[in-house]
Amino acid sequence: MPSLKSIKKRIGSVKNTRQITKAMKMVSAAKLRRAQDAVVSARPYARKLQEVLSSLALREEAGVHPLLMERGKGRALVVLLTADRGLCGGFNANVSKAAERFIRANDQGYEGYDLMIIGRKGRDYLKNRPGLTLSKVYENITGSINYATARLIGEEVVAAYEAERYDAVYLIFNAFRSAISQEVTVDQLLPIVPMQVEEGEHVATYLYEPGRGEVLAQILPKNVEVQIFRGLLESVASEHGARMSAMDSASKNASEMIGKLTLQYNRARQAAITKELMEIISGAESIK
Amino acid sequence: MSEKLNLQMVTPYKKVLAEEVDEITAPGTVGEFGVLPGHTPLLTTLKIGELSYRKGTEVFHVAVNWGYVEVEDDNVSVLVETAEPADEIDLERARAALGRAEEALRQLSPEDKDFLAMQAALERALIRIQVAGRKGGQGH
Repeated sequence: MPSLKSIKKRIGSVKNTRQITKAMKMVSAAKLRRAQDAVVSARPYARKLQEVLSSLALREEAGVHPLLMERGKGRALVVLLTADRGLCGGFNANVSKAAERFIRANDQGYEGYDLMIIGRKGRDYLKNRPGLTLSKVYENITGSINYATARLIGEEVVAAYEAERYDAVYLIFNAFRSAISQEVTVDQLLPIVPMQVEEGEHVATYLYEPGRGEVLAQILPKNVEVQIFRGLLESVASEHGARMSAMDSASKNASEMIGKLTLQYNRARQAAITKELMEIISGAESIK
Repeated sequence: MSEKLNLQMVTPYKKVLAEEVDEITAPGTVGEFGVLPGHTPLLTTLKIGELSYRKGTEVFHVAVNWGYVEVEDDNVSVLVETAEPADEIDLERARAALGRAEEALRQLSPEDKDFLAMQAALERALIRIQVAGRKGGQGH
């Protein structure tokens, strides 16, 4: 049985750890609230854009714009959104594994894949895997998401696609379901899949200004940026949610451990007292 | 045909406006245009400029960045990157931004990569100042 002193020391160290995990949980909860607000307030824009886009695509034949066109099955690009920091449960591992699976499965039959990774953890996970090419890594951008970041990535993706370096672009990220649940999602960014519009919906002809082609040429790349922006926001919210629940269970485990150790400590103390009493009594007995 | 236009203005960060209005004037890429109830379906891009809408006799002004407008069945959806109503504009900041942009432009030649970006910044600052000047200004 470990000594009283060493048990006491362990209780102290577990208490310290619990304090840290509790603090991290609080911080994540506060950040989660903000990230969640951002996700919710970004939704109207994304939805509106989808509406405009689908009503546009409805009136256009495919092939009118390169971003709408299905090309061959050359290389594809996977944009993977992860976090820069760990201690958030399976958050990074889940999404990284999903990306690896997606590439290995290669359901669409592409020649090969390149990876663009946002977040340090995804890079750490995937950098030494055989057969995976990391074409670009962005780090430390998930701390504060703004639209300019999304635009930067979006422009890069669109440029690579237009230069025909890739024939398809996918976005893999943790979609935010609720504070305690995330869902790994694979979205096709390019070519843009026209939304299906239900039968019987009326179709009005638009007046385009300046012209149909110009309007499309501006809106389609925008859509890619907005998708990435939404993905980033969802990913960040998911990260905080995942960290919050991971830290919550860590705190619970620490409390449980402290309970067990305290019990052990008290037992050891009791044993020591009993032993001392026995010694005193037997000593007194012997001098009678 | 309804008598009012249903105006919705959203940016990637939030929903800025959702209101019933009587008339909208917006800075289209090919020129300023007005929308009244019963307008034909229209899809157009916007440039940096001033969007105003009329509610009854009151006129409101908003400084908008790049974006576009969809008009369909008296529903007007404005999707812009930024939108600042006149009473939310920080005039000091706008003036400072204007100064910075002017300074940068003096030092750049038109061939520079940043020239267009700075020019856009200058334009945005000018529009912000212009819109802020309309604070409470009615009947324009």
